[in-house]
Amino acid sequence: MNTISKYMFSIIAFVLITSCGNNNNSGNTGAMNSSKAEKVYVAPGEHDEYYAFFSGGYSGNITVAGLPSGRMLKEIPVFSQFPTSGYGYSEETKPMLNTSFGFVPWGDAHHPDISQTNGELDGRWIFINENNTPRIARVSLETFETEEIIELPNSAGNHASSFVTENTEFIVAGTRFAVPNPQRDMPISEMKGQFKGPLSFVSIADNGRMNLEFQLNMPGFNYDLAHPGRNKSHGWFFFTSYNTEEANTLMEVNASQNDKDYIAAVNWQKIADFVKNGGGTKMAGKYAHNVYDEKTHTATSTIKDGVITVDPRDVKGAVFYIPIPKSPHGCDVDPSGEYIVGSGKLSTDLSVYSFDKILAAIEKEDFVDDSYGIPVLSYENTIAGVVAQPGLGPLHTEFDGLGNAYTTFFISSEVVKWKLGTWEVVDRQPTFYSVGHLMIPGGNSRKPFGKYMVAMNKITKDRYLPTGPELEHSAQLYDISGEKMELLSDFPTHGEPHYAAGIRADIIKDKSKKYYELSENEHPYVAKSESEAKVTRNGNEVHISMTMIRSHFSPDNIEGVKVGDKVYLHMTNLEQDFDVPHGFSIIGANTSEILVMPGQTKTIVWEPKREGVWPFYCTDFCSALHQEMQGYIRVSAANSNTPLKFTLDDE
Amino acid sequence: MKSASIIMIIGSAMLLGLFVFPLWSIELEAPQYPNGIGMNIHLDGLQGREKHDLQNIDGLNHYIGMRKLPKADEMWEFSTFPKVIGAMAVLGIVIGLISLFKSISPKWFLAWLVLMVILGVLGMYDFNNWMVDYGTNLDPKAIMKMTDADGNPLSYKPPLFGTRHILNFVAHSYPSTGAYMMGFGMFLTFMAYWLGIKKTKIVNT
Repeated sequence: MNTISKYMFSIIAFVLITSCGNNNNSGNTGAMNSSKAEKVYVAPGEHDEYYAFFSGGYSGNITVAGLPSGRMLKEIPVFSQFPTSGYGYSEETKPMLNTSFGFVPWGDAHHPDISQTNGELDGRWIFINENNTPRIARVSLETFETEEIIELPNSAGNHASSFVTENTEFIVAGTRFAVPNPQRDMPISEMKGQFKGPLSFVSIADNGRMNLEFQLNMPGFNYDLAHPGRNKSHGWFFFTSYNTEEANTLMEVNASQNDKDYIAAVNWQKIADFVKNGGGTKMAGKYAHNVYDEKTHTATSTIKDGVITVDPRDVKGAVFYIPIPKSPHGCDVDPSGEYIVGSGKLSTDLSVYSFDKILAAIEKEDFVDDSYGIPVLSYENTIAGVVAQPGLGPLHTEFDGLGNAYTTFFISSEVVKWKLGTWEVVDRQPTFYSVGHLMIPGGNSRKPFGKYMVAMNKITKDRYLPTGPELEHSAQLYDISGEKMELLSDFPTHGEPHYAAGIRADIIKDKSKKYYELSENEHPYVAKSESEAKVTRNGNEVHISMTMIRSHFSPDNIEGVKVGDKVYLHMTNLEQDFDVPHGFSIIGANTSEILVMPGQTKTIVWEPKREGVWPFYCTDFCSALHQEMQGYIRVSAANSNTPLKFTLDDE
Repeated sequence: MKSASIIMIIGSAMLLGLFVFPLWSIELEAPQYPNGIGMNIHLDGLQGREKHDLQNIDGLNHYIGMRKLPKADEMWEFSTFPKVIGAMAVLGIVIGLISLFKSISPKWFLAWLVLMVILGVLGMYDFNNWMVDYGTNLDPKAIMKMTDADGNPLSYKPPLFGTRHILNFVAHSYPSTGAYMMGFGMFLTFMAYWLGIKKTKIVNT
């Protein structure tokens, strides 16, 4: 045996010995637990494998967490004012929360969805819907900032949203609360046949800009959730509806009377073509369209009027109803696009429809009924299979890309794994407690990353240390790489996550912006250097362009401001380094602080009410001399003659 | 003698690498800078390793009263050094070309090398002088006035060559690609001289 083979032999022997050792280790429960801990352990300084974006529900925002650790990384303000950064308080971001009803400081954020190319997550943007004042927002995954918000007119309760088509052509918005369309003063009890449930289709341009292309003026049922067709069913959209009874009071009883409600199958490509060729009618409808410009660091809000409305009966072969048992919630499309899983939340079975059968039934005009002129397909002839008695209260399903589906059951508080095609239940795991949606990163796309699944629960109870009557919602992380699901960890989430979107971290993390280029800052009141800092007066408006750099403001002594002035403090952070924000706050300001990122300009308004010398300071611990990062503004009487003066170090 | 001439031309031409690659590189490490922060010293000026590194180094240095890093037009060296290096490269190439077509003594190669070494040492001396001034000539109003064990003001001079701890930073100062090319080029010119001598001796015997 020559020397090389001896070395080879000893290396092989070493590998064999060490791997045997590993096998022996996992033999007892203590080691099982430690191996679970290892699966969620991310060593200090290392990064998580996935980003997870949780909707905040009534927080109106998105929280970003890492998986598998469950560590919270950031809260992204979207529909709610956020004093932490000044979002919705600063002059630049107030327009983001403008609506046709005026400024709305809060929103109810529900379903985030990441942009796709060819049915796969591309990580350009994340979208999220607002339920109360119907809106959709687009958040950049380079800056993790909200860049655009569009309102949906003539709609109410935008719940069936914000789901994107395979190539991010369209994003949809639904109407969960049927309303008169157009809105008018009428008796509530006369709703039947009078109310409508418009479905909005918003297009996405290559640069991300959203445009409300058309609204499909559907009968006034309550459209709850939606899913675009994937792969072979690309071009279609599926919406669940409840309250086909069209009840308007004591809905929990009166909207639960029909044995079946409907899934609306919508060929959006056909309708988009119809509209492109001049179809539809222009209808009144005011809505706000708010866009944030990264160069001026400023948002503008435009109120638009009018929307193309399409009567579903006008486009032949484009809109159908499919019966589904008992007030459905989720309707989820598998990665192949063949199966549409309907979750009748009061049913004990899961109904899975076949896209091929739906097409065949449409072809043969195999209709069993019509509802307000919309053909109703037969349940029996479109169903692919039924998952019999898997649990109680099915809500939502995602997929692992390996032929398995995972469905949440709210009432029996569990996640059930079952096989597409054979409909057999493979595994079930309890959740803690009463799970709403679940999320597998990429699990609603053509290409899921079938490694982890997160269950988002509605009830927390005893899962964590008690914190009084109000608790954060609990989430559980499961390893789904094996045949059986394995519960790994349990962590609290912020607000009420109705849904989440996950993506492999390496798809976006290297594009993440570190700071804004100061040289590209086009804010009208930017001061790109200390020599550009200035104070100007225009009547009783005073504009202060002030710079911030470690560890001083320039200017830091200002005189000549008077009681009754409206003082705009335009703060520019001159830093050009990663993670060096400066904050700004002044005593007596009736607004939040602002947190200014390197290269950025942000403005708050201060209306001094009393004479005196008022200090301001940096609110973000920026440097060793952060405490010294402070200054004074002298406020004189309204009728005084104190000259305008601004200095730094008496210069 | 032909091969020696070609080696002389290549060797002196390698000085031209200094017009593309940095001569020296100073790298700073600190806990708050996990990826480091650094500057490259080119013949005609300083450049940050990352886009805004120079500004960020200045930002850090202002706490201890160091002046801002010089812009290209603020030091005569940044306009003179390129001329000297360019002239030496041309001179070396011309010597090599002449010897290619006409028999001249290999001592010309050695003469070039000696001149280059003298200029190099002068350059390093000048560079070190600047660093001493930069690291010790501090703003009397400096925010932090640090002293050494003997009570003397601390020098923040980066090492000319090597690694030094300065407060929370570790500074590494080493030659960079351009300098390595120059060094290898100078070695080649010595080879050219040595080869030339050997060939001449063979011809003579």
